[in-house]
Amino acid sequence: MPSQAATLAVPSITVRRRRRGFRHWTEREPVFAWLMIIPPLLFLIALVGYPFVYGILLSLEDRPVAHAGTFIGLKNFVTNFHDPVFWQVARNTFLYTFCATLLKAVGGLGMALVMNQVFPAKNVIRAVMLLPFIVPTVLSTVAWMWILDPSFSVVNWVMFQFGLPRPGPAWLGNPSLAMFSLIMINTWRGLPFYGITLLAGLQTIPPDLHEAAVIDGAGTWARFRYITLPLLMPVIFIVTLFSVIFTFSDFQLVYVLTRGGPANATHLFATYAFDIAMGAGQFGLGASVALAMLPALAVVIAGLAFYMRRR
Amino acid sequence: MVHGHGWTGRALRLWLPLGFFLIVTLFPFYWMAITSLKPNAELYSTKVMPLIVHHPTLKHYVDLLTETSFLQWTWNTTIIAVVSTAISLVFGSMLAYPLARMNFPGGALIAFTVAATYLVPQPLLFIPLADIINRLGLGNTLTSVILTYPTMLVPFCAWLLMGYFKTVPRDLEDAARIDGATRTQTMVRVILPLCTPGFISAGIFAFTLAQNEFLYALIFLTNTDVRTVPVGAIAELVRGDVFYWGQLMAAALLGSVPVAIIYSFFVEHYVAGLTSGSVKA
Repeated sequence: MPSQAATLAVPSITVRRRRRGFRHWTEREPVFAWLMIIPPLLFLIALVGYPFVYGILLSLEDRPVAHAGTFIGLKNFVTNFHDPVFWQVARNTFLYTFCATLLKAVGGLGMALVMNQVFPAKNVIRAVMLLPFIVPTVLSTVAWMWILDPSFSVVNWVMFQFGLPRPGPAWLGNPSLAMFSLIMINTWRGLPFYGITLLAGLQTIPPDLHEAAVIDGAGTWARFRYITLPLLMPVIFIVTLFSVIFTFSDFQLVYVLTRGGPANATHLFATYAFDIAMGAGQFGLGASVALAMLPALAVVIAGLAFYMRRR
Repeated sequence: MVHGHGWTGRALRLWLPLGFFLIVTLFPFYWMAITSLKPNAELYSTKVMPLIVHHPTLKHYVDLLTETSFLQWTWNTTIIAVVSTAISLVFGSMLAYPLARMNFPGGALIAFTVAATYLVPQPLLFIPLADIINRLGLGNTLTSVILTYPTMLVPFCAWLLMGYFKTVPRDLEDAARIDGATRTQTMVRVILPLCTPGFISAGIFAFTLAQNEFLYALIFLTNTDVRTVPVGAIAELVRGDVFYWGQLMAAALLGSVPVAIIYSFFVEHYVAGLTSGSVKA
């Protein structure tokens, strides 16, 4: 009996010691850090990293939906290269991104400067100004679609009151006007993000700087040019970076308002890739169109990395 | 820059541009609201003055709630947004805490990876993801979007929470450790409660992003009973070339109101979240 008790006792002590050892091990900083990070990291690898690599593989395949793919090398990219619509899509995307970002930057700076004054109910007004940004985009876009409706557009109704002949402009039916309308609506939605973020940036500028400049005889413009703008530059840079990425890869606005029409005049990379993959069922070709966004995005991200290192 | 003084100067510098921004911002919402209240006869008439409602009716709301699955879509959207926000906050803090507080090999690389993941737009991934979701047999399940939304929300939450974790004084952590708290206890009982504002900011931001998402929901959810509000409105209130404008506007308004109400309670936290990425960085 005593010997049996001894043999039982020995393993239980080692287990306890091992458990304490394990606990000691997990308390070490690098071990604890990695144990924390591994679950979310695996999640991101599975649902961002793997799809990303899989997307590259798909772009090298002829892969009709619900069929096995066959490897065809760079053929999809060659097809895109000879596809005039692809180049039109590229031009559209760059034009859309450039114009909308510029409008948002200038308008947002204006909004921030206006909002940076003292006036009653400021917080309420700031909250209201952000509404376009928080309301689900598809739902506010539906409202815009009705505002620009070919037969019952309120914009045209106002223009008729000023004597414009009927029927007024087809805001979404004419290729140039459709692109113009999309740019304006994208600006409407994104402006508050610029405005409110730049306002927060403006509020971090110490008032002493402006006071000192006033004493030195600097005018409003000089103070804006030599104090406000340089100090705001880092914020403008980061906000522009985000804006460029999300405007460049925009899908919702175009999908709801024009589906890329009329005659592909408003197709962006995202909607064109969607049409090819989901509409025509060409997963491989669609993936190659989506991947065409990567070089431009990489340039933007590299710009950010370079800028952050310089600071 | 206007050099005026007194009343005219203030009007030109403040009230005029402010009024312009407010009208442009709010007009589409006003238009949504009055369109949803107009009877069809008024909606599709070019002779009636359109800026006000002459004979308001709730018919479009009644039709929307009785003839479509709008309530089901609202329920789906809410479940999806709540669960994916919860997952994102848990995973986000698991990434942010070590990255903000600890030195360990590979830390800088992980921090860069998280930032890069945040900048990957959905259109780059939707085609491979559609295939993966299909192969997993998750098409037309809420799980498909509950799993994929956190891919864009986790990096954002991690980034934002890192900023908050860094503000907690190290002494508090050291004191807890000396008193015998394990690292997990220190994190859960000391650091996390102090960062409640950060969790509210990240949570409210993630929640509105999840409500806003369209592309994944459009591709993964094709049955009426699993759709979200944006997808349901676009797919089922537009039949062929026929737009049910009254119901569409009612859906747009009802779909926006919950987000707007939640947002109005947490505006300050939302703004803090919005600006943290750029102003504090």
